[in-house]
Amino acid sequence: MPRTVAQKILQQHSDDTVGEAGQIVRCRVSMVLANDITAPLAIKSFRAMGAADVFDKDKVALVCDHFTPNKDIDSAEQVKVVREFAKEKGITHYYEGGNVGVEHALLPELGLVGPGDIVVGADSHTCTYGGLGAFATGMGSTDIAGAMALGETWFKVPPTIRVEITGTPEKHVGAKDYILNLIGKIGVAGALYKALEFGGGVVDGLSIEGRMTMANMAIEAGGKVGLFASDAKTLKYTKAAGRKGDETLSADSGAIYERVVDIDVTGMEPQIACPHLPDNVKPVSEVKDVEIHQAVIGSCTNGRIEDMREAAAILKGRKVSSSVRCIVLPATPKIWRQCMDEGLFAIFMDAGAVIGPPTCGPCLGGHMGILAGGERCIATTNRNFKGRMGSLQAEVFLANPAVAAASAVTGIITHPKDI
Amino acid sequence: MKYKGKAHVVGANIDTDAIIPARFLVTTDEAELGANCMEGQEEGWVKRVSPGDIMVAGPNFGCGSSREHAPIAIKGAGMPVVVAHSFARIFYRNGFNMGLILLEVGDDFAKFSDGDQIEADPEAGVVRNLTTGVEVTCQPVPPFMNEILNAGGLVGYVKNRLAQSA
Repeated sequence: MPRTVAQKILQQHSDDTVGEAGQIVRCRVSMVLANDITAPLAIKSFRAMGAADVFDKDKVALVCDHFTPNKDIDSAEQVKVVREFAKEKGITHYYEGGNVGVEHALLPELGLVGPGDIVVGADSHTCTYGGLGAFATGMGSTDIAGAMALGETWFKVPPTIRVEITGTPEKHVGAKDYILNLIGKIGVAGALYKALEFGGGVVDGLSIEGRMTMANMAIEAGGKVGLFASDAKTLKYTKAAGRKGDETLSADSGAIYERVVDIDVTGMEPQIACPHLPDNVKPVSEVKDVEIHQAVIGSCTNGRIEDMREAAAILKGRKVSSSVRCIVLPATPKIWRQCMDEGLFAIFMDAGAVIGPPTCGPCLGGHMGILAGGERCIATTNRNFKGRMGSLQAEVFLANPAVAAASAVTGIITHPKDI
Repeated sequence: MKYKGKAHVVGANIDTDAIIPARFLVTTDEAELGANCMEGQEEGWVKRVSPGDIMVAGPNFGCGSSREHAPIAIKGAGMPVVVAHSFARIFYRNGFNMGLILLEVGDDFAKFSDGDQIEADPEAGVVRNLTTGVEVTCQPVPPFMNEILNAGGLVGYVKNRLAQSA
């Protein structure tokens, strides 16, 4: 039977014969992840399960990135629970201090996830690793506790939607715009319970970072995974991250797709997801005269070095509007250092931006950039739910890093070509 | 077992930030989370709920974050059952794992109005609107998920598995 990328990866990790969509299969996992919000619950469930040890101390990652550096006593207590558990179980990959980064930027960088892997994480954006060709998906804490104890979990084989992305990209338009465009097309439940498999010439030409940006938001269409074939580019990336033995993997010709969605990027403008759902997407030219009070450049969607460079290219020699707080959060210590070494921080500081530590912070309304009632933010993050970044009366607009930077300069949502 | 209570109808695409905003995620306590249930939708929303009431929702209920705090908050608020057009995937797993009963009824969710008296019978796969007399059927629970439910949830299931392999 010709198979999709999702079916192939599931088969590689299962003793069951992986057949058609809907079948429930049990699979071995390559990596299990939780963060400072979700790990405490996972630890509670893990203990309630009567588990003595984690299935493999090298295959569990605990990344305290959401409320860290800790914003208050309660969040510090939560991290303490995670830290002590990591120590007790001898978990190799525990990150909290100077080594911590936004989990989905950190794990690929450290070579902890790669093509053909099955990764489950107690964080919905675990699907990011689909950019590397991994079957990676978010689950709740108790599911993660089960995976930590057993080294396996169950999946319903998802039907796959194939997304073909073709055409010639415009300047200042990239991965974030393609995925926003798709979500706008199919809706926030358009891929509910399904896999999204991305292909086409534009995808082949995308950097691995760009692919991760797209895979990251598969969940915003309800998707279980957002998958890319792993190619020579993927192997180059994972080899540089210190991994060995990774292989290429793509869908079989004749694989069965539930539907195919075609996106031609020729002539596409930067895309903006307007409040309060990621599928409320409009081209930037249709979002006129929207005044903003904050710009956030960072997160697991767009906090990698390419994103920092893109924002810096716009901010270079310019000033952030006096009515805007522009917050730049490089996603990992490595990216932070790269920004420093490449002189990007000087550009951000000269422009009047605030540079923060690697943290999820404002993306989920955690800390370091909370919105007051009536305030509007343009963000390179992945969600603009009502109240997500603070007040229920605040508004969040999602965009690519160049648009966020250009808007920070003008104080209104702006196409980078117009500054 | 049957569940009877007043319906609280919410809309489509109710996300986990609406169910329990991030600022409340500094605890894992069910009562504390329950006291802030739906605080991201409307301040003080939970005050309308009496123990045993039933949440009724449109499509894609529970979309967004993987936070298990969301089904815990609903249970903590006193609602043992959610009847929806459809559930977001992670929320669906979390609901079962946490022992929150989730009944998927498709377009029939519109047959329930705010304040209606509802009776949910998960074993029979039926939800009744006692106010209007309308009865709708829900999707059966997949057999494997029943295995988890029969073990008292995922905690019990893993416990059994670990005991077998010991």
